[in-house]
Amino acid sequence: MPLLQLKFDRTKCADCNAVSCLVKCQYMDFQDKDKAKKEWQKVINGEDSSVLEACTTCYACEEYCPFENHPFYMIVERQEEKGILPAPRPIVTMWINQCEPVGRFMVGKIEEKALSYCFLPQLNALIGGKLFENIAHSSFFGQEFFCNVVYLHYAKMSVIKDRLPKVIENIARLGVKEVICLHDECYGAFTSLAPAYRTEVPFKPIHYYEFLYNRLEELKDKIKPLNVKAAYQRNCSTRLCPEIDHYVDDIFGLLGVERVKREYDKENALCCAETIRMAKGPAMADDLQKKNVDDMVKFGAEYCVFNCPACYDSLAEKVARAGMDPIHMIDLCRSALGEERGQKLRLEGMPALQVAMEGK
Amino acid sequence: MSDVYEALQEIVGKDYVSNQIEECYFYGRDPGLMPPHEPDYVVMPKTTEEVQDIVKLANREKVPITPKGAGLALTGLVIPQRGGILLDMKRMDEILEVNEKARYVIVEGGTTHAALMSYLIKHYPHLRHSVPDSPPIATVVANAVIHGKGRLTQQRGFNSDLVSGLEVVLPTGEICRIGSCAVSQYWFSKGPPLPDLSGLFLGWFGTTGIITKLGMKLYPCKKIRDVMLFLTDKAELVPEVIRKLTHTEMFEDIVITASPIPLRFKGNFYILVFMTADSDEELEFKKKMAWDALWVYFESRDGGFVSITPDMKPPFLAMPSKDTTRFADVSKGGGFEYGGPVTPIDNFPILIKKLEEKAEAYKLFYASIARVIDGGHSMGFYFSYTFNRANPDEMKRAKKALHEAAEFALEEGGVIWKPNINEQQMIMERIDPNTLKLMTSIKQLLDPNGIMNPGNWEAK
Repeated sequence: MPLLQLKFDRTKCADCNAVSCLVKCQYMDFQDKDKAKKEWQKVINGEDSSVLEACTTCYACEEYCPFENHPFYMIVERQEEKGILPAPRPIVTMWINQCEPVGRFMVGKIEEKALSYCFLPQLNALIGGKLFENIAHSSFFGQEFFCNVVYLHYAKMSVIKDRLPKVIENIARLGVKEVICLHDECYGAFTSLAPAYRTEVPFKPIHYYEFLYNRLEELKDKIKPLNVKAAYQRNCSTRLCPEIDHYVDDIFGLLGVERVKREYDKENALCCAETIRMAKGPAMADDLQKKNVDDMVKFGAEYCVFNCPACYDSLAEKVARAGMDPIHMIDLCRSALGEERGQKLRLEGMPALQVAMEGK
Repeated sequence: MSDVYEALQEIVGKDYVSNQIEECYFYGRDPGLMPPHEPDYVVMPKTTEEVQDIVKLANREKVPITPKGAGLALTGLVIPQRGGILLDMKRMDEILEVNEKARYVIVEGGTTHAALMSYLIKHYPHLRHSVPDSPPIATVVANAVIHGKGRLTQQRGFNSDLVSGLEVVLPTGEICRIGSCAVSQYWFSKGPPLPDLSGLFLGWFGTTGIITKLGMKLYPCKKIRDVMLFLTDKAELVPEVIRKLTHTEMFEDIVITASPIPLRFKGNFYILVFMTADSDEELEFKKKMAWDALWVYFESRDGGFVSITPDMKPPFLAMPSKDTTRFADVSKGGGFEYGGPVTPIDNFPILIKKLEEKAEAYKLFYASIARVIDGGHSMGFYFSYTFNRANPDEMKRAKKALHEAAEFALEEGGVIWKPNINEQQMIMERIDPNTLKLMTSIKQLLDPNGIMNPGNWEAK
């Protein structure tokens, strides 16, 4: 059964004078609250609105809304109703096709608690070592378990509505009670999207930051403090679960890492911009990435810690060229435990023939 | 015939000649769909003089000779249609000279692209040649003889256009030099300012002589190589996309692919735009040029550039690409053949449609790869179908599909690339009669005994 209708309370928006969803938006200019309120009403009423075209699909308004009224899901619904394509149509088609369940998935020896790799093969390089020694075998991967949240970027709520319930069913069928989500999109799918559409999730989603924190507590005596300053790169889907952000500070605290208090962190974080590149073109994406990296440097970061493998792919090289060390949160933890990193940085600017030979 | 065997042993030594059934079996077929025909002898010469002696022997005995590189054309071009001597060039694999300043290399007739590429990486990393996307064992000479294409084809033309000189053993046994090397110690040009005689040998599939040495132009190997991926779901937009990209004169190579699997390919045309640079600034500028050239499609949402992650890039940038080999076994059973025309780029939409139609009609799995040639004057469009070798019915269907697609391509103004003997007949039926007469005269003049790779370019 597809997802039901979005839980959205018009009266909350009618009573809202802050209009944070638009006023706080970093990519649209809505400093005038009256103008913002009028424009938002147009969105709610299903009228044409500049918001639907200008939205970069950064998800942030989900976090900005103090009433948890799901403004971003509303935007995506309206974009789809009006046939607005945030990205070129062939790119949307590619995404829809490549994540279609085709019966090719991987399921380990599932126990009551299991790791969800979602459909992110990059995670394979990260999972290992002491942190995961008792659970790595209990994991699953593939389109059948893919949360489909990415379609929020492409105005395809219909695909999420169609596929997510089946994904939930597939995971439930594994008999798992607790799912450790290795990416925020998965976690957000089960803790934000599904409830927003009145869909029950018959297992307990656990964010991998919570898992990491608990494991680090257990392994506390093995931690060698890193004593570094790090910028944290929030990804779009953390906006669906801002309540887990404190784990960044908690984990950093255990590892001896200082989270630099930079301009573009927390609520004001900037997206990695790779989706924006595909949707809005390179000028905006390059500008955002430069602002973001410059900000990390300005505030003295030695590391840039990533939550999302896609953000890593997008920004790691630029971070490295700016003199910082790009690292995924899991690798950061593994480093502090004296283990080797799983993810190796591949620089785009490597010699042409070296790439050619490696490709063989 | 035992005299021939003994004579061949005299020429190359007994270790390098065979008439054993297992070797003749192996040399009697290629991985494509053409029926096999076995040679009577397989011989592996080491020197031009040995080739010369073999040719003289073949003339004396009126025995056919089929020269062979790696035998990867898939269209049966080196299947010895009338038996005789199969001349395997693999032992003539020396890289004889690199002229660094004039940017050319001289190789022997059996030198592989892999050997040349490795040699340049090791000794002349600032120089490169046009690497084709065939398996690395493809030979430089055979690839030029079939007008092969490579990574520099978009900028520089067919690999045969990059030839800078030839040494040929003529069908009557004389050794002949073609190009500047005929009058000079330098191999910088295959023709100009002399009459360009290279056309007597390139494209003839070994029916007019055996190339024992070949000069090939080299080009600067820039420090950085990168790729962008543009998608569109409208076949009719592809020619204009290509025109806009080639107008910039910025890109190393442009390749268009279409295939229903993997699933991410389904429903779209993938246009890979390769570029090289010596600095980040140069690279960024070229990327911007690509975006600017195609911005109109981005705005209309009919097309866009997909971000390619660092892990996705090496397979795209691999030289040669492994994708063709991967595709070759999609149906399992190891059967794969591709063919198709060199054609104006405007024909892309109708050719894609025909490819899909034939795949559907004959229940075959398909893919298409098209490579832009020489700045957009034409493209090589390949109809590719896979089949299981253990399934004769599927092989028959694949053959029909390829044949009908080739007929269609010819009707639409294309010219079939590396045509098999049946397709050669299709071409010769349509070719200007005086052109055919000229071709026949040339062939008869050069090969009076008709011993060279008979069956190919043979007017009925």
